Amino acid sequence: MKYIPTIGIECHVQLSTKTKLFSEVDNDARGKEPNACVSPVDFALPGMLPRLNGEAVRLAILAGKAMNCAINPSSRFDRKHYFYPDSPKGYQITQFYHPIIGEGYVELPSGTKIRIEHAHLEGDAGKLTHFGSYSLVDLNRVDTPLIEIVSMPDIHSAKDAHDYCKELWRLMRFAGVSYGDLYNGNMRFDVNVSIAPEGADKLGTRAEVKNLNSFRSVERAVEYEVKRQSKLLDKGEKVVQETRGWNDASGETTGQRSKEEAKDYRYMPEPDLPPINLTAESIENEASKLPLMPADYRKKFSGVVADDILEVLLDYPELMNKLQEIDSKYVKAMSNLFASVLLAEEKSAEYLNDLPSVGDLNELAEMNEKKELSSTATKEVFLKLFDPQMKGRGAKVIAKELGLIQENDLGALEKIVDIVLAKPETQKAQEDFKNGEEKVIGFLVGQVMKESKGKANPSAVQEILKKKLKVDK
Amino acid sequence: MKIANSKVTAERLVRDALDKAKHFSDYNIFTFLDEEGAIKKAREIDEKIKRGEKVGRLAGVPYALKDNFLSPRGETTASAHILEGFTSPVTATAVEKLEAEGAIMIGRTNLDAFAHGSSTENSYFGPTLNSHDKKRVAGGSSGGSAVAVALDIVEFATGTDTGGSIRQPASFNGIYGLKPTYGCVSRYGVVAMASSTDCIGFFTKSPDDMDLLMSIASGQDPKDLTTLPDYYNDSKVKKAKKIGVVKDFDNESVDKEIREALKKKCELLKSKGYEIVELEMPALKYALAAYYIIVPAEVASNLSRYDGVRYGFRSEKSEDLENLYANTRDEGFMSENKRRIMIGNFVLSSGFYDAYFLKAAKARTLIVKEYEKAFSKVDYILTPVSPNPAFLLGEKVNDPIAMYLEDMMSVSLNLAGVPGLAIPAGENKNGLPLGLQLVGPRRSDKSLIEFSKELI
Repeated sequence: MKYIPTIGIECHVQLSTKTKLFSEVDNDARGKEPNACVSPVDFALPGMLPRLNGEAVRLAILAGKAMNCAINPSSRFDRKHYFYPDSPKGYQITQFYHPIIGEGYVELPSGTKIRIEHAHLEGDAGKLTHFGSYSLVDLNRVDTPLIEIVSMPDIHSAKDAHDYCKELWRLMRFAGVSYGDLYNGNMRFDVNVSIAPEGADKLGTRAEVKNLNSFRSVERAVEYEVKRQSKLLDKGEKVVQETRGWNDASGETTGQRSKEEAKDYRYMPEPDLPPINLTAESIENEASKLPLMPADYRKKFSGVVADDILEVLLDYPELMNKLQEIDSKYVKAMSNLFASVLLAEEKSAEYLNDLPSVGDLNELAEMNEKKELSSTATKEVFLKLFDPQMKGRGAKVIAKELGLIQENDLGALEKIVDIVLAKPETQKAQEDFKNGEEKVIGFLVGQVMKESKGKANPSAVQEILKKKLKVDK
Repeated sequence: MKIANSKVTAERLVRDALDKAKHFSDYNIFTFLDEEGAIKKAREIDEKIKRGEKVGRLAGVPYALKDNFLSPRGETTASAHILEGFTSPVTATAVEKLEAEGAIMIGRTNLDAFAHGSSTENSYFGPTLNSHDKKRVAGGSSGGSAVAVALDIVEFATGTDTGGSIRQPASFNGIYGLKPTYGCVSRYGVVAMASSTDCIGFFTKSPDDMDLLMSIASGQDPKDLTTLPDYYNDSKVKKAKKIGVVKDFDNESVDKEIREALKKKCELLKSKGYEIVELEMPALKYALAAYYIIVPAEVASNLSRYDGVRYGFRSEKSEDLENLYANTRDEGFMSENKRRIMIGNFVLSSGFYDAYFLKAAKARTLIVKEYEKAFSKVDYILTPVSPNPAFLLGEKVNDPIAMYLEDMMSVSLNLAGVPGLAIPAGENKNGLPLGLQLVGPRRSDKSLIEFSKELI
């Protein structure tokens, strides 16, 4: 039988605030010892009270606006209780009843809109590492601010699930609210999958695959679940409502916890934190800081930058920000350089951290346009603009230093051509050309290039050669 | 209160206090005495006085700290086994403020473990005895602090009041005890019982001492987002005219002598030209029920952090995580702690939340409104604190309901967030202190303290 999958996704995004959600310690534990970023509040000493980080609230507003969501003027926190050593307080502070971010939608590159049910602020949990007879607890991640984005069940294919997660990742990075480092768990996805026969008016029973940390694993997990559930239904069996884990190596999901075993979190309003009250003005003020989003770029560069190149570049907010500052007549050329030269370079990740100035890039594009640089030389100078050793000197200076400026002075070129044509070793080729063997012109152009030490503009040389050899005829 | 100066040294004051503390050791008041630390601090202050430097408003004043306030001096145990061995690296805001003015903590006082109780009998360290009759309870939960002040060991002591834990022991021992407006004094660094009702306050021997302490300890704290913007020191003392009494509290369930003491005080007020107004406050009858839903819910939540993983006591039977949690909490909590955790988890569990917690929250709103209405008619309200004077040790310990009824006239203030001052009102025929409480609108703390002088 043919089944239609229905998918809803919950996504946890770590916000890139300087300090934690409820304390003043460093939120960036990268490269630090375990338990180095833990305040008495995060450690849940007795008598400690959470202090709300205003920056997290501002980033949540930006994230909400990036997803076209309403921002709730009043939201508040709740406690979600469970016992586990990754939760020092014995509860997570979250927003169960009144989240800060309301309804909205995310538009996929295909144009499909996925509605957002809501998104809420909460604190992350710590991390446990298990050894044979003991486990170690690292609380560095405790109360790193998160927003949990809950989609409506609007997704109906593994591909759309993938694209939705990727678009969320882009939105969070463009909005500047998260580092979006998937490898380090900055974004994690829980995927709810159910299937129902085509035309059915009721959704099937769903299984939730938890803790996926790449778009690819989201896509594969959905594919696997659709297959698994289809087989069950085909056999006349039932799908069990449960939480499942994903094994990336085997490409399979496995059952972890059924609905009956589900924990009761005993939600309760958080009495230590007053509500977050936002005026329309303050929301508007934050929202106005939102830079252009992928959907804006698609509109702006439609017809200028090729679609496939644009989709590649949209993974890099830094590049898109740069691109929109570039002189509009050079955007197309620069988008090609970004996509095919910069991103192909092995040091590109390092280069992305510190991009050359718009002035330097415009200058380079202009030199290329005026044919002062060959396309090969343009690529070379382009990369040098990113090189920490060369940076800041400007395209012209670098091109000169490297001796890459093309000779476009026709008078000078003609002189070099004359020298080459006078050489005995070119006589045969000249004869051949005159006899209709036009492809030998390549050899002659090569000789001129050699004589000019590579600085001649080859197309100009070809023109001059053709003219000269014709006149002689 | 006696403050150190060029004639009386801080060391003298502190040594006197320590001597008295030791003299009364059979009352089981202190969980920790810091002789060395207190004398060292006293000498520092004496040095300053000698050098003619400025000293604080509480220079050299010995005080007792309820053992649920965090300070690096001594273990902070909240009289609970599960916090045994815990020394805090941080200091409560209230303690910081008092000590910045030169107050010297001589020791930590006994309480019902985690402040759960009305007699200090639920302490891991055993009960504190009543200052007037050693066969009787000190009241609770701040029993140790109340007795320390009543026996004149210290000039003042700190307390916490979640449902009467300052006012009731104050009245059982014949001293002043203030539960300020919710949010007036920072809760930062005080072991939480129920976050939405916990208030930090004091035991003193006079209204003026109370005012001095409040002017020091009150104020907004960035570390406690539930604190109110500073108001205490800017409050204008309001001239009162009408004093309310609650009709429903004048019944058989309240001790006759307490009701007589109340009537006597009313007569006194009338003779001074005040008008006594009888109030109907029907919503208050929901207070105890609402309190024993909301508070256990917050208690269960706030006690979740005591799991044996990071600090304090850990059961020896911790071979796996499940046992670590179960045995640590089973051995570490007192029965009353467990009772409240169970009630709290029950009322918060899914399916019961609306029926219990949400309903109690609605009742709480009614109580808030009831007080607002009352204070549109009268300036203050005068009521008993508890239905009886200090009861016998062991009398109610196995009857939780009887113990909870101790709080029937005190808890509504905590739910409404309004201030209440326990004042001495004489003694009964057996020489036991009787206490009354003055209740005022939110933020009327200063006026309330000032007004209490009219009742002396």
